[in-house]
Amino acid sequence: MSIDMSVSPAPLLPPQLMQTEALLTMRGLSRSYGAVRALRNVDVTVYPGEVMGVVGESGSGKSTLLRMMNLEDTPDRGDYRLRLPDRDDGNLFDLGRYQRRMLSAHHIGIVYQNPHLGLLMRHSSSGNVAERLLIAGERSFDVLRSKARDALDASEFPLDRMDARPAELSGGMQQRVQLAKAIALEPALLLLDEPTTGLDVSVQALVLDTLKRLQRDRHITMVLVSHDLGVIRTMADRVLVMRHGEVVEQGLADQVFQDPQHPYTQQLVHAKL
Amino acid sequence: MSLASLTKPWAATSYGFLDASAKRELRRKMLKAIAVPGCQMPYASREVPMARGWGTGGLQVTLTLVNPASTIKVIDQGADDGVNAASIRRFISRVSGAGETWDTLEASIIQSRHRVPEETMREDQILVLQVPNPEPLRGVEPNMSIARQMHADADYGRLWLTLYEQLVRKGRIMQGAAYPSLVNGRHVMTPSPIPRWDVPKLNMAKHLTFLSAGREKRLHAVPPYTKVEPLVFSDRPYRVEDHQDLVCRRSGIAGYFMNEIPQDDGSSSFEVSDSNLGIKAIRRAEGETVDIGQTWYRGGEFSA
Repeated sequence: MSIDMSVSPAPLLPPQLMQTEALLTMRGLSRSYGAVRALRNVDVTVYPGEVMGVVGESGSGKSTLLRMMNLEDTPDRGDYRLRLPDRDDGNLFDLGRYQRRMLSAHHIGIVYQNPHLGLLMRHSSSGNVAERLLIAGERSFDVLRSKARDALDASEFPLDRMDARPAELSGGMQQRVQLAKAIALEPALLLLDEPTTGLDVSVQALVLDTLKRLQRDRHITMVLVSHDLGVIRTMADRVLVMRHGEVVEQGLADQVFQDPQHPYTQQLVHAKL
Repeated sequence: MSLASLTKPWAATSYGFLDASAKRELRRKMLKAIAVPGCQMPYASREVPMARGWGTGGLQVTLTLVNPASTIKVIDQGADDGVNAASIRRFISRVSGAGETWDTLEASIIQSRHRVPEETMREDQILVLQVPNPEPLRGVEPNMSIARQMHADADYGRLWLTLYEQLVRKGRIMQGAAYPSLVNGRHVMTPSPIPRWDVPKLNMAKHLTFLSAGREKRLHAVPPYTKVEPLVFSDRPYRVEDHQDLVCRRSGIAGYFMNEIPQDDGSSSFEVSDSNLGIKAIRRAEGETVDIGQTWYRGGEFSA
């Protein structure tokens, strides 16, 4: 008897999302860097208010996918649509570089694994948050201060240190500044690229708590990339498993972790357990 | 047969030291700079008989503009009689046949280091500012390619952030000279190290301004009647230096940008920075008939 190892192309959705229109839709995404095929015909759908976890081994294409979502890079081919209020940009990869950048600055927030990628270390923490607002055109100093304070507060950053430089802060605090910067403009989509990697377990838990609270209170749609299945299990509603640039399995988090279908996912889950 | 019989008789073919092709290139870049106000145009900065950093950029623009009918004024930090100003003025005059003057009202071309004259300039005058560093983003982005991309994207968030940080750390904006300014609502330029006092003089001015950096090989321009807006937060107004109430110790005039002269007893006295304006005021006080033009600032308040 042969076992069918193929995975259903239509992922199951939590009941509350069954009737919802997708916020993010990516279709047929492929990207090569020389001989390396980083993404192969990847399809992703993310619904409003959900947390989509992306897991996979190093080099599986997780970060490339996130860069595409943040419009930092464009694929060789593929289609990317974001359902934003009062605008229809079509395939975002067809937009000019400047338009992509502006769209990303206004509607997408990102937290990098390495704070040096996301923060200006020589500027104050509040200044880092303010930079985002300045790019969006805010020109009132008092409003900048107030919004930066609010964003840092929402990220559970100690406000008495809001003018400290990130270089003077711990790793966990730096991630909170990144998070405050990412949510300052209340983005439609928050991308998290291994936000807790390199932090000790207690700090990891605090950052995850903050993320969960933000998600609960503000209903921010998140895409969380991590190789730590524990983090994904804690945070994600749905999971997308990647290997060699392909999506090998996707589904509800419980389903993927309890009953993995693809051999690679089984290996991943059992290796963790 | 002699060399003379084989060659054409000597004849002047070009005014102003630079050869015709150099001037043609500069003219094209200057026209482009006028067409895109505030945008830096690269040019092949030539050798001139002066060290880089002493005004070679301004000199090349002036030499391209000048003709025997021109009248040249050269200012160094407000003064016409500095060694550098005098040498440049004499050189331009010698190679072009242009007239020399100290009087802002008489000049057709004013080359200046770090000051805009106090008397209002007219439509038929051109101001050439010497610029040490034409890139306003240099302090926030050392990579020139990225800085160029930032200009293309009008991405000036980091410049604003620098001002934000100054307000956070010092409670006020500390940028004294070369205050970054938005030209025609599009490009941010550095107006050369002119004091904050002088920046409003460029806004909607009647005259054409060229800003040229010889060492950095770039020039930009502010055409007549073009908006030049210093970057300021909407709730933190732009402030010029507090010189409104200072009085010049030599000429007795007040309400203009002053040079501070430290005294032995620790106090300071002041002299008007635009030396020609001071001289005119002294001569008028002595009873001479002197024509002093309208000034940008009146009673210490900008009013042009």
